Amino acid sequence: MTSDALTGGFAKAPQQSARAFRGLLEVMARPGTIHLLEGAAPPAPLSVAAGVALLTLADGTTPLHLTGAADCAAVRDWVTFHIGAPLVAAEDADFALGRWQDLQPLHRFRIGQPDYPDRSATLIVEVDRLEAAGARLTGPGIKDAAHLSLPEVAAFRANRALFPLGFDVLLTCGAQVAGLPRSTIVEDV
Amino acid sequence: MTQASETNAYNFAYLDEQTKRMIRRAILKGVAVPGYQVPFASREMPMPYGWGTGGVQVTAACLVPEDRLKVIDQGADDTTNAVSIRKFFQRTAGVAVTEATGEATVIQTRHRIPETPLTEGQILVYQVPIPEPLRFLEPRETETRKMHELEEYGLMHVKLYEDIARHGEIATSYAYPVKVEGRYVMDPSPIPKFDNPKLGDNAAIQLFGAGREQRIYAVPPYTQVVSLDFDDHPFVASKAPHDCDLCGAKGSYLDEVITDDAGSRMYVCSDTDFCTGRREAGHVGRLGVAMAGGVA
Amino acid sequence: MYVAVKGGERAIDNAHAWLAEERRGDTAVAELTLPQIREQLKLAVNRVMAEGSLFDPDLAALAIKQARGDLIEAIFLIRAYRTTLPRLGTSLPVDTADMAVDRRISATFKDLPGGQVLGPTFDYTHRLLDFALAAEGEAPVAAKAPATLGPVPHVTAFLNRDGLIEDAPRDDTQPADLTRTPLELPADRPLRLQAITRGDEGFILSMAYSTQRGYGRTHAFVGELRIGRVAVEMEIPELGFAVEIGEVELTECETVNQFKGSKTEPPQFTRGYGLVFGQTERKAIAMSLVDRALRWKELGEDHIGAPAQDEEFVLYHCDNIQATGFLEHIKLPHYVDFQSELELVRRLRAEAMTMQEAAE
Repeated sequence: MTSDALTGGFAKAPQQSARAFRGLLEVMARPGTIHLLEGAAPPAPLSVAAGVALLTLADGTTPLHLTGAADCAAVRDWVTFHIGAPLVAAEDADFALGRWQDLQPLHRFRIGQPDYPDRSATLIVEVDRLEAAGARLTGPGIKDAAHLSLPEVAAFRANRALFPLGFDVLLTCGAQVAGLPRSTIVEDV
Repeated sequence: MTQASETNAYNFAYLDEQTKRMIRRAILKGVAVPGYQVPFASREMPMPYGWGTGGVQVTAACLVPEDRLKVIDQGADDTTNAVSIRKFFQRTAGVAVTEATGEATVIQTRHRIPETPLTEGQILVYQVPIPEPLRFLEPRETETRKMHELEEYGLMHVKLYEDIARHGEIATSYAYPVKVEGRYVMDPSPIPKFDNPKLGDNAAIQLFGAGREQRIYAVPPYTQVVSLDFDDHPFVASKAPHDCDLCGAKGSYLDEVITDDAGSRMYVCSDTDFCTGRREAGHVGRLGVAMAGGVA
Repeated sequence: MYVAVKGGERAIDNAHAWLAEERRGDTAVAELTLPQIREQLKLAVNRVMAEGSLFDPDLAALAIKQARGDLIEAIFLIRAYRTTLPRLGTSLPVDTADMAVDRRISATFKDLPGGQVLGPTFDYTHRLLDFALAAEGEAPVAAKAPATLGPVPHVTAFLNRDGLIEDAPRDDTQPADLTRTPLELPADRPLRLQAITRGDEGFILSMAYSTQRGYGRTHAFVGELRIGRVAVEMEIPELGFAVEIGEVELTECETVNQFKGSKTEPPQFTRGYGLVFGQTERKAIAMSLVDRALRWKELGEDHIGAPAQDEEFVLYHCDNIQATGFLEHIKLPHYVDFQSELELVRRLRAEAMTMQEAAE
C-alpha cells in the first residue's frame, strides 16, 4: 500500500460529507449548475471533486469500477483504505470513475430494471473543463433551459431515451461538480 | 445524563455515516427518477413508525451544520410532534431552527406545504405514511410495483371516475394522486388537495420519506406535477369558502375551529407562520385584533 | 379572542415528568431492580430479547423497567438502541445439536436417544393462583440430577437417515439481512425466518393457530422442541481460527409435517422450523408452523388463499414495532386532512339536497 493511501480522507467526516452531499444533491436536482466539493485530497489523477463524491456516496456496499488513469495503484489503495468499495467490472458497478473515453462503451453499465430503475450505475466522469455553457439541457430541475459543457451529446440522448431506466452522471473537474441525471433532455446548440 | 454528553453520544444528525450514505444514494436516485419510489433500508429510529421516521431520516441525511431547520405538522410549528422532531435535531445536529418559512433552509413537514412560496436553496422534506398511491386500490406491493413498471394506471382512473359517477366529483380531498413528468403516479403525502398545485414547478427540492414502508422519492425543482383529473371534471384545489378570521387572508388553507358550545366557528390559517407574518404586517381579519409591533 | 394553542414543548416536558413519576409508582414500595426483572420476569425479558433482536438480558430488563412493563414499548427501546450499535463482525452459525439442553421433548417418539427432558415448564401446572407466592421470602429448591453428558441428536436426523423427511442440507450462502436491506418479495426462507423470529408473538401465534384450524393446514407434529444454551463462536481473522465469544439461550422447534408427495417429490415428511432467543417456546412452535405454511410454493402445494400462506401479508404485518407505530399515529393531529374531508362532505351533501329539492 502506498503511504499516500492513508491520507486525504475527510478529517471531520460527518460534517464534511454532509456539506458534500448537499452539493451533490443540488447538482443532481438542478442539472446545469456547478458546485464545489471540498474537504479531501485524493491521490492523482483523481480530482478533489471525484474523491469527495466517492467518500460521500460509496462504501463497502457499493461496487466501484475504476478505469483508465484512475485505475492505478495509488487510487486503488486510497479507495481500499478510505472507502472500502469492492473494485469490479463495469457491468457490476454501482459507481464508475474515469475519463469519458475510458468509460466507453457505456452499454456495459447498469441502467436499472423496469421494476427497479434505481438499480443503476452512477458514472463519475473526470473532465478537463466544466462550465455552464455548451449543450442545452431541459427537463426536471431546470427552469426553462440550462447549458453545460458535456463530452458529447449523443450518448446522453440515447440514455434519456431509456427513461425511466438509464445511468446517472456526475461530471468532475478540480473541485467542481455538475450533475446530469437520466431525466435530462440534452440537445446540441 | 446531561444534554451535552447526550449530543456527543450520537453522530452528527443521529444516524451513523454508513446509514446516511445509504439514504443519500437513495435520495439521488429518487431525484434522477422523479416520482419513483426508491426502496431504502430504513432504520429503526428512536421515535415510532408513523410519526415521521422517514422524514426524519431524509432530513438527517440532508442536514449540514449551517442549516436553519423548520418543522411543521398541520402547517403549524407548535404542534407537539413538530416540537418533538425539531428538538430531536437541535439536540443531535445542533442546527439552528426557525419558524419563518423564508428563513429556513430545510423544512420538514407533515400534511402541508407552506403558503409562502419556496425558493431555490430550500429543501422541503415530507413525512409519508403510505407512499404507494395505488395501495388503496391494490394492497399487494408485488402488484403495484408491476403496475408502475407497466404504467398501468387505468385502475386509478376507474376509481376516480366511479367517484364522479356516484358523487358528481372526485371524492378525494387529501393525498390526491399526481403524475410526475408524465411518467409515475405519485402520492404527494396526505396534504390537502389545496396544496397540490404547489408541487409542480416549485423552486425548492422536494423529498419524500416513508420510514415504515422503506421508500424515498423526490420531485426536483421545476418539475411537472399534474393532479389526475378528467377533461370534463378538471382538478380543483378547494378550501373552506372563507377568509382567515385572524389575518384576513383570502387564499390560504384554513383550519375550522369550534369556539363555543353553540357550535360557533372561526376559520384561521393552518400555516401559523404565514398568519403571524400577515398580522405583524398589519392585516386584520374578521375576529382579529390589530397587532402593535409584534406577536402577543 | 381565539389564541392558537402554544407551548407544545412545555407540555411535552411536563408529560415526560409525569410519566417518570408514574413509572416509579408509590415510593413506599421498594423500587424494582434490574436483576429482579432479569431473574424473576425472565420470560418477559426473553420476549423482549427475541422481538428486539438483541440478546442482552440486562438491557432487556432495563427496557422493561423503563417501559413500565409494556413489552412492545420495551422491544421498541431495544430495537432503537440496537440500530445504533456498530457491527464488529458476524458469528458462525450456532450448532443447536450441541445445545446444553434444559428442556427437550419430542411428540413424535415415546422415547429417544438423549431422552425426554421436561425442564422448567408450565405445561402440567394446574393453573390455580398460588397464593403462597403472595408472601415473600420463598426460595424453592428443585431436586437435582447429575447432568447427562453426551450428544442430544435432533429427531429429524433419525428420520432423515431413512429418507422419511425432506433433506435439509447445510447451506452456507450468506443470508440477506432484514435490518440492512429493504424487504423485497418474493423473500427466501432465511429472510422469512428472520422476519418471523422477531415478529410479534401474538401475531405469529394467531397465524399458526389459523393453519391448525384449516387455513393452510400442514398437519404439524412437534418433532422436537429444545431449549438450552449454545456457544457463539466467531472467526477472528488475526488468529486464523474461531473462538467462543459467549453463550445464548435459544428455543428451537422442528415440526414434522405431513406431505403426500408431488410430481417432483416422493412421499416424505416435510419440515417447519422455529428458532427464537431465550425460553420462548410458544413463539418457537408458532414460528415453525408459519414457516411451514409459507413454504407451499417450494413444496409444490396449492395456495388456498390462507393468510398464513401469504408471504406478503405475513411479512408486512408481523412486526409489532411497525404495526404499533402506524396504528397509534392516528392519534396525532390530522385536522388538516379532516378539514378537507369536512368541506368535501358538506359540498356533496349540499349538492345532494339541491338535487332532492329539485326532484320534489
